[in-house]
Amino acid sequence: MKNVQKQKRANKSLPFFVRDEFKVSLVIILISTALLITTFTFDIVPPILNRGIQPATFPKALLILIIVMTLIIYYLATKNPWKIEKKLPKSFYLTLLSFLIFLVISKTLDFFLAISALSIFVSYCWGEKRIFYLILVGIIFPVIVFIFFETILGLRFPPGIITNIYYS
Amino acid sequence: MDNLLLMMAPLFSSKLLLVLFFGTLFGLILGVLPGLGPTTGGALILPFTMTLDPLSAIVLLTSIYCAGTYGGAITAVLINTPGTPAAAATCLDGYPLAQKGEAGRALGMATVSSTVGGIFSVIILVFFAPILAQLAYEFGQPEYFALAIFGLTMLASIGEGSPIKNLIAGAFGILISTVGKDFMTSIDRFTFGINELTEGIGFIPVVVGLFAMSEMLTQSTLINQVFNRIALKAIKLPSKEDYKKTWKTIIRSSGIGSFIGVLPAEGGTVASLIGYSEAKRFSKKPEEFGKGSIEGIAGAEAANNAATGGAMVPTLALGIPGSATTAVILTGLIIHGVRPGPDLFREQPDFLYGIFGAMLIANVLFFIFGFFGAKIFARITLVPNKILWPMIFAVSVCGTYSLNQSIIDVWIMLFFGMLGFFMRRYGFSVVPVIIGLILGELVEGTLRQSLVIFDGNWLMFFTRPIALTFFILSLIALAFPLIRAKKIKK
Repeated sequence: MKNVQKQKRANKSLPFFVRDEFKVSLVIILISTALLITTFTFDIVPPILNRGIQPATFPKALLILIIVMTLIIYYLATKNPWKIEKKLPKSFYLTLLSFLIFLVISKTLDFFLAISALSIFVSYCWGEKRIFYLILVGIIFPVIVFIFFETILGLRFPPGIITNIYYS
Repeated sequence: MDNLLLMMAPLFSSKLLLVLFFGTLFGLILGVLPGLGPTTGGALILPFTMTLDPLSAIVLLTSIYCAGTYGGAITAVLINTPGTPAAAATCLDGYPLAQKGEAGRALGMATVSSTVGGIFSVIILVFFAPILAQLAYEFGQPEYFALAIFGLTMLASIGEGSPIKNLIAGAFGILISTVGKDFMTSIDRFTFGINELTEGIGFIPVVVGLFAMSEMLTQSTLINQVFNRIALKAIKLPSKEDYKKTWKTIIRSSGIGSFIGVLPAEGGTVASLIGYSEAKRFSKKPEEFGKGSIEGIAGAEAANNAATGGAMVPTLALGIPGSATTAVILTGLIIHGVRPGPDLFREQPDFLYGIFGAMLIANVLFFIFGFFGAKIFARITLVPNKILWPMIFAVSVCGTYSLNQSIIDVWIMLFFGMLGFFMRRYGFSVVPVIIGLILGELVEGTLRQSLVIFDGNWLMFFTRPIALTFFILSLIALAFPLIRAKKIKK
């Protein structure tokens, strides 16, 4: 409890633009505003076909509500600042990077290969150095999952260098 | 009598018994593993249910729900980390009692009180769901709109996060539901020219992303964390003295849990916290709470399991999820072509009472599994995260892809994984997003249809007694956190 209060006091001493509450509120408001502008590009239904309200009205109202509530949480945070969050460790960024690697490999090379690569990468980055376990999570388990989904659910995975070999 | 026989049906079907067996076992494993739990597990298993008939599919999901809620207690007692959020209150006394060398006693009480709470809530479900469904016949579009608003405002008072942050998350969930073709006019909204988005954003990618993937990112920040694990010799059934001490607490918490569960959007987490604090308030020895009180364990565990049956009441009778996990079950119902609501009670009583019976059996099964297998389930927590989470990733990706065979769904899942991580980091609960997403279409659809009926006159909402009652309840739900905060300040 004391630690949280300490972190809150420390947060109060920071300039407003580096505080978490400012950054989070700003991001929400910016995204909501961009989406709100997008709603003005939605097609308008002619009055004769329109039933009730226009399709853009409901999302508009929601986005305005989100912006107003975000301003309220920011106002409340100026009185009662959020606690400072710990810096994220390297393993977090590596896991995030693995998601990106997955996206690239699944799009360009192969879906199965992407799962395999991510599993080995994450497991290794999280501290697993034993080859057997890396093979277990990166090859044996994905193969089991692949075959299970393929046979039980009749799923057809997207084409790629490995899946093509399997299907041919 | 007929209904009682229908409830017994799962007992006479080897297929349903097998489904129940595996569902309970799987639910327990999910509950034991911190970061997973019945909501994520239910979402991961949904694609597999496509190979089952509707009753077996929902029985599988409900048994996971019941057993998963109990499973969280094993981890709470032995490693001081709740396996599920609903078991958070169990840590407060379960772990200190285990530290005193009484882990078996703590888990014995958790098992018994969870079973009693669960069975109590199924009885509530059997009696109240049909009554609520009968009432729902009086509901028109405006009443359903007001009810959905009530469900959303209840988000303000759920346990995690600040009320306004919960409401923002809920509004965001509704916003996600507006992506795709407008269901009344077929006009594209927020599709940004991407064809796959015209069908809208699916429930499974969002749930798996917000729960499983964001948890994977959270676990990546905790890889150096060391758990102090307490060894379990064997579970002990509570002694006569323990029963004497706790029976009133168990019954009270079962009632509280069932009631909290019935409220839309609330669930086991809130129920267990209230059950725990009420147990403390009524206790003759409140000073023992937090230091290993057996009443504390009973209060929290009876309440969180009682919320399972309670949460199924609005889910089945009205199609409004009572908790995050029942939102998954609701999706399961919809995927299998079952429309929850009053008509379900009239047209498919065998289906409904089959579910009720299955929940009853699941509560008995997790008692047996828990009692005889807790030692084995406790060992599951020894599986290192560096092995477990890459495996969960493989299942999540394939499960998400399998529903529509769309790679875009996998990307959406990863996006929501990142979003969920940052939401949780900055105090936004992810549960309201799920509830908002589920209720979104109902809110918008009933609002627009009501306005057609009322010829655009908004004031007409307040001329209908049931709708007005729900609006008043919504105001109370919004005011409740403020009153609570003032009380705590005092």
